[in-house]
Amino acid sequence: MTHVLDPDALSDRAATPAPQVPPFDDVTRSDAAFRAFLHGLPGVDQVGAEARVAVLGTRSIKTTAKAWAIDTAISMVDLTTLEGSDTPGKVRSLAAKARRPDPGDPTCPQVAAVCVYGDLAGIAREALGNSGIHVAAVATAFPSGRAAREIKLADVKDAVANGADEIDMVIDRGAFLAGRYLDVHDEIVAVKEASGPAHLKVILETGELVTLDNVRRASWLAMLAGGDFIKTSTGKIQPAATLPVCLVMLEAVRDFRNATGRQVGVKPAGGIKTTKDAMKHLVLVNETAGPDWLSPDWFRFGASSLLNDLLLQRQKLRTGHYSGPDYVTVD
Amino acid sequence: MSDRLAVRKTYKLYVNGAFPRSESGRTYEVTDPKGHFLANAAWASRKDARDAVVAARGAVAKWSGATAYNRGQVLYRVAEVMEGRHAQFCDEVEAGEGLSAGKARAAVDAAIDRWVWYAGWTDKLAAVLGGANPVAGPYFDFSLPEPTGVVAVLAPQQSSLLGLVSVLAPVLTGGNTAVVVTSKERPLPAVTLAEVLATSDVPAGVVNLLTGDAGELGPWLAEHADVDGIDLTGAPPGRAMELEREAAGTVKRVIRPPAQEPDWSADPGLSRMTPFLETKTVWHPIGV
Amino acid sequence: MSSPFQYAPAPESRSIVDIAPSYGLFIDGEFVDGTGEAFKTVNPATEEVLTEVSAGSEADVDRAVAAARRAFTRVWGPMRPADRGKYLFRIARLLQERSREFAVLESLDNGKPIRESRDVDIPLAAAHFFYHAGWADKLDHAGLGPNPRPLGVAGQVIPWNFPLLMLAWKIAPALATGNTVVLKPAETTPLTALLFAEICQQADLPPGVVNIVTGAGETGKAVVEHPDVDKVAFTGSTEVGKAIARAVAGTRKSLTLELGGKAANIVFDDAPIDQAVEGIVQGIFFNQGHVCCAGSRLLVQENVHDEVIASLQRRISTLRVGDPLDKNTDLGAINSAEQLARIRELSDIGDAEGAQRWQPDCVLPDRGFWFPPTVFTEVSPAHRIARDEVFGPVLSVLTFRTPDEAVAKANNTTYGLSAGIWTEKGSRILKIADQLRAGVVWANTFNKFDPTSPFGGYKQSGYGREGGRHGLTGNLKGATSS
Repeated sequence: MTHVLDPDALSDRAATPAPQVPPFDDVTRSDAAFRAFLHGLPGVDQVGAEARVAVLGTRSIKTTAKAWAIDTAISMVDLTTLEGSDTPGKVRSLAAKARRPDPGDPTCPQVAAVCVYGDLAGIAREALGNSGIHVAAVATAFPSGRAAREIKLADVKDAVANGADEIDMVIDRGAFLAGRYLDVHDEIVAVKEASGPAHLKVILETGELVTLDNVRRASWLAMLAGGDFIKTSTGKIQPAATLPVCLVMLEAVRDFRNATGRQVGVKPAGGIKTTKDAMKHLVLVNETAGPDWLSPDWFRFGASSLLNDLLLQRQKLRTGHYSGPDYVTVD
Repeated sequence: MSDRLAVRKTYKLYVNGAFPRSESGRTYEVTDPKGHFLANAAWASRKDARDAVVAARGAVAKWSGATAYNRGQVLYRVAEVMEGRHAQFCDEVEAGEGLSAGKARAAVDAAIDRWVWYAGWTDKLAAVLGGANPVAGPYFDFSLPEPTGVVAVLAPQQSSLLGLVSVLAPVLTGGNTAVVVTSKERPLPAVTLAEVLATSDVPAGVVNLLTGDAGELGPWLAEHADVDGIDLTGAPPGRAMELEREAAGTVKRVIRPPAQEPDWSADPGLSRMTPFLETKTVWHPIGV
Repeated sequence: MSSPFQYAPAPESRSIVDIAPSYGLFIDGEFVDGTGEAFKTVNPATEEVLTEVSAGSEADVDRAVAAARRAFTRVWGPMRPADRGKYLFRIARLLQERSREFAVLESLDNGKPIRESRDVDIPLAAAHFFYHAGWADKLDHAGLGPNPRPLGVAGQVIPWNFPLLMLAWKIAPALATGNTVVLKPAETTPLTALLFAEICQQADLPPGVVNIVTGAGETGKAVVEHPDVDKVAFTGSTEVGKAIARAVAGTRKSLTLELGGKAANIVFDDAPIDQAVEGIVQGIFFNQGHVCCAGSRLLVQENVHDEVIASLQRRISTLRVGDPLDKNTDLGAINSAEQLARIRELSDIGDAEGAQRWQPDCVLPDRGFWFPPTVFTEVSPAHRIARDEVFGPVLSVLTFRTPDEAVAKANNTTYGLSAGIWTEKGSRILKIADQLRAGVVWANTFNKFDPTSPFGGYKQSGYGREGGRHGLTGNLKGATSS
């Protein structure tokens, strides 16, 4: 990509109008301007970021704080199944678990959403009924995102038509790594439009972006394009959600709200398996983006096995003794 | 001896690359050990010492900022010019120290060779004294020697050239600048060394040579807040403790004087360079 | 803003430590009563008296030095170096095994957060013993000149800010190089040094190799001035350091000094901002700012001043100030009433000189010695809070416009212990690091320590190095290293 003195000289905008995000209205006016903006974001020192999350990882969350955090974490789970082998039966049983995570304890909160492939969104919608639990569908040629834009948009529209009220899209990492930031941006804008009323979560697939500098740039790119959430990973690539990545994304949403007034949510997904992992993330939210993000409206966990560990820990807190896998349901 | 009437010399100080008289106007007679007149020397005052410190401070950035290779080149050039003055140095050492011609020659040879030895050290010190430190974390951590800054040197009273070179050259090698109080009674090799320095490539102010009395100037230099280190080798007997105490007021690096003047022909090792070198340690994270 | 996520108290249990009602001195392998007047040591977080400790008199110091001399001559000096190393390895292991006990005791006596004593002080102290244990039988290969030999009896005086860690910095290299030790811990924090004495017994360290003489300034003076001490090592204030340098002038004693500082932490406009803010916080609030190398002068490039200060204030507002034994505490108690008075005095001077004080809303405990994290902006180099070492959680913010100005302001101090640089530009880091007159330069990090890494100051921050190969030098006869 050429650097040019006149940032408008190489303007090759697609037809989709960019959202107006004061004071950043003009940064997407051209490839060069957008590149200059994203590359002008402050760098991230990897070692410093890791050191910060290591310190926050030593926070000791006990008794009442732990009880609050477990219930909050349960309410933030996007209970997920994203397998080629998924069937209506699998999705129904997941939906049932979403509504009553702990059948033996009616005080246990329900999860935030069930996350499935778009073709199963209708089954999920039906199974969840009026529970208030959202149906999230992955779309846009998930997980690789390697398809023509028309196909991705059709994928999105199909999912919405099937009843998804949240769309988890993937960005075009190839375009991002090739420096075609405006293409990535415009695709998000197009997907957002295609999503209609559905909430848009933008998966950055940070495991393929590799550096924290890229995570920060991609976060800003997705927020400027109108994403309602930024999400770490598809869960199909390792590493998936890591604490340093989540830290950088939380800093990004915090800074973005400071600059624009618009609040964007964060969803780490993949690899968060234990209550301890979830606690560390909640501490990170609390002490980075701040308490405003401590609700399912603004923070989610994309997970499957996490929920059962949260339930086991919840039972332990309630009964005072350790529980076991037979005391929680497999789905 | 011809019957020509000698031109008697009155020498001056060497400060900031120039040869000023003492601001005090004072001079004193330099004689050989038997009392025969050799020359008049300038008798430096505390204000000359003050000016010399200003000159030395002004030269720190350039001298310490030069590449080690360049400092080595400049110092080697000094040895070359000394070699050209070999005979003169021999005469002065022979007359001033009352040595035989052979012993004087040996002392001058050793002095020039020592200067060459130190000239070759400039670009080895960082490798020998510095290095990477294997810290237990994702950091690159390295330590390097750096010059202390302005060093006051009370040069040995007895060994007027070899002793002088042995205390001055190590200070310069590490990148310090120097204010030297020469041997009071045997200053002439120092005066000649000043002429050598002035005609080689040593930047002005890097070396300042004050002929005079270490007992008089020592306290001013030891107390001077802009002097970073002091070599008390040539301090008058019984005065070293007092000077060291004064130096403590600004946490100066101090070389204490030996009980008696040492055999300067011995291998000095690094012992005269390291006291006027600081170790700087730099940390940086290793990440992508 | 109040968070729904309130961390419940998570206190570390103090039942692991068993503090006796009174303590004697540790001389010649045994605890003995001191002949000076006993003094009390308090928990600075509560003002509760923890115990009573003997003060060493001149006669006690004399006995300790005599014990150290005997041990040096008869046992420790002649011992096979590899065996000396093995004793140090034993000590290192014991420190690790009893680390929780040390951490709790350190936080009780010093007021520092348990997170720091547990994760920094105690592990680093053990690491220092491990590191130096390995040196004991390798000194001939250390590149410090031919035949390095111990000096003899080392008299060591350490401060209250890192009581056990400073003990380790002093004792480990002294023992590894074959010296014996008389150490005086700080008056307000003697307890972990006395627990260390127990470790020496547990390790079967020969009597007299390590002697601990508690007391105040007079005891320290007796150690420093004792005629049979060969080496004096001191960490503490520049003022006392100068007095010690005067006291040892004209003697044969070797001296190393690690004194005060007023470090510049320089933030350029291209810095990784979130990590820089963390580094500023770590630089000045680590250990309540009771750190000689604290980044107490923030030099921030003027074009990012407002942004950096806003981020910094937001971050400081999340600091958790309170019970040092709570595992979630970030900022503990000020070590003593005396230190608190000094911090208050200098802060008041900051107000009077026209600097702008900012402190977050934080509730301080009713009892004990506390000072909130504090930032002074609009500080000029002429202000006393820009020149004097506060030794507390007080940051002075100055600005600069160009790299030259940053360096000039950073170096405009009589101290030269440490400095910080924050920029993404590699060549700038190396240039600025080269120009800073400071013994330790942290680039894109701050307040990092390691036994392999030499630590010590330029200018009036002292001389000699502790840690690494360089740190051995000050403990050896005829050893040469800068």
